[in-house]
Amino acid sequence: MLDAAEGYTTADGRKIGGVLMEMKNITLRFGGVVAIKDISFDIREGEIRAIIGPNGAGKSSMLNVISGFYNPQEGEVWFRGERRPPMKPYQVAQLGIARTFQNIALFEGMTVLDNVMTGRLTQMKTTLLDQAIWWGKAEREETENREKVEKIIDFLEIQSIRKTPVGRLPYGLKKRVELARALAAEPRLLLLDEPMAGMNVEEKEDMSRFILDVNDEFGTTIALIEHDMGVVMDLSDRVVVMDYGKKIGDGTPDEVRSNQDVIDAYLGVAHD
Amino acid sequence: MSDTLIFAMEVTLNGLMAGVLYALVALGFVLIFKASGIFNYAQGVMALFAAMTLVGIMDGQVPFAHLINAIFGTKVHHFGWHVPALAAIALTMLVMIALAWAVNRFVMRFLVNTEPIILFMATIGLAYFLEGFGDLMWGADIKKLDVGLPQGINETIDEVTFGMFGYGFFIDNLDIVASIIAALLVAALVAFSQYTKQGRALRAVADDHQAALSVGISLNFIWVLVWSIAGFVALVAGIMWGAKSGVQFSLSLIALKALPVLMLGGFTSIPGAIVGGLIIGVGEQLFEFLLGPALGGATENWFAYVLALVFLVFRPQGLFGEKIIERV
Repeated sequence: MLDAAEGYTTADGRKIGGVLMEMKNITLRFGGVVAIKDISFDIREGEIRAIIGPNGAGKSSMLNVISGFYNPQEGEVWFRGERRPPMKPYQVAQLGIARTFQNIALFEGMTVLDNVMTGRLTQMKTTLLDQAIWWGKAEREETENREKVEKIIDFLEIQSIRKTPVGRLPYGLKKRVELARALAAEPRLLLLDEPMAGMNVEEKEDMSRFILDVNDEFGTTIALIEHDMGVVMDLSDRVVVMDYGKKIGDGTPDEVRSNQDVIDAYLGVAHD
Repeated sequence: MSDTLIFAMEVTLNGLMAGVLYALVALGFVLIFKASGIFNYAQGVMALFAAMTLVGIMDGQVPFAHLINAIFGTKVHHFGWHVPALAAIALTMLVMIALAWAVNRFVMRFLVNTEPIILFMATIGLAYFLEGFGDLMWGADIKKLDVGLPQGINETIDEVTFGMFGYGFFIDNLDIVASIIAALLVAALVAFSQYTKQGRALRAVADDHQAALSVGISLNFIWVLVWSIAGFVALVAGIMWGAKSGVQFSLSLIALKALPVLMLGGFTSIPGAIVGGLIIGVGEQLFEFLLGPALGGATENWFAYVLALVFLVFRPQGLFGEKIIERV
């Protein structure tokens, strides 16, 4: 068992820091349905952490708990060494937790640039009054943030579609724009909800490369959900495996791969 | 040049001016509709309420005077001071912001994620409440609103046109001022929504609530902001209409004229509201001038609605509205 403050070194030699986020005994119910049952795990600074499991395992619910869209009935959420009280999603975003969505939630009528700029909202501090006056403070802030956004757009190679309304883009590019918007917030923790869902092989490879690059370049801690096991095993440092709302495995990809419960959950096993 | 043509030109000009005022009311509808998907039936009453509040503050009227007198047996009516127009407008704006906050806090907050028709019904309720509340607060009598805007015939236009055609056009100064103010207001609103961070947040909320939450936008704040802006537009419209025809209940009915304007221009388009307003304004004046006598007059009462009906048949999304095609 790892110490909370102490880090570890990955197989490819990256240094992982102390605990950034810790979920303690989380239970989430919808009426009589238990979506998450008593799950605990942590996410460490600089890590790529995956949550996997078959359909209906409760992965998305877990991500929604982390991002504040659901509040669990039991258990504690700890972030940066402090217990996080129940919060609204926008407050969680202001804490520095950005996310993408499984079904893509972009502002379809706005351009790519504007979409990514909304990611900067948590970083922009001028008041309504400053904005109304515009000249001076607000103008400077806009320029500074615009520069940061342009860097991210370059980084994710979407320069050519900067001014295109998002509604007109193909699926794979939309996913990338959503990643750009989340990244624009300079998050302490980036949550990706099935970043490869519905993609072809080539798009999956692109997305994997971007996820690794983001982690490498900005040192961003990433927690992602996938049910495509192959992709996840290559990407992540540590993996939580869920099935029927319970945690059935937690460890490095190699540890998880050889875990009998995980094999059963994925391949199916005869119940007698 | 024939007399008819010259008269028609004058009528067109006056129609344009009237159209600007229609556009001003329609703009309030479009703003709220775009940002929150709510068709705000109370927009007209908000204009009336804003105008009543402005007059009340300027004249130093005691709010709820009738109520206070009835309960305590006192006879207070006026504080006995007069507030300068600009200060009174600023104070009225504060009242409109408080109203926006209250609408969100006590009504809209409980209706998040409900059907648009339910939100619409809530605004009907709001309209009736506000109408009664306005009467209770400031009294139901017809009031004169004078914030010092120029009124009466514009001499320059009169002289120039007289020199050109031998007939001087009658254009009211107030209409000219109203047009200029409306143009400035629209420019300011467009700049606000396109270039400021709150404007961007506002457009984001209009587009997708969930995504907006995930980038850290507080929906409550945005809704209060939207209703405040609608309150501001209502205040401007209230000042213009109030100065033109006095502050009275019928002011809230001009809101109904905004409906055909919106059908023409499209519910989601700011330029649409303006162009729609101008078309209705010019259309109804010209129609009355050219065909009114043959049809027995008073065509202004129905022309706008018939025109809107025709539009509904041939172009239901309006001139500038978004045509949303669902993929199957």
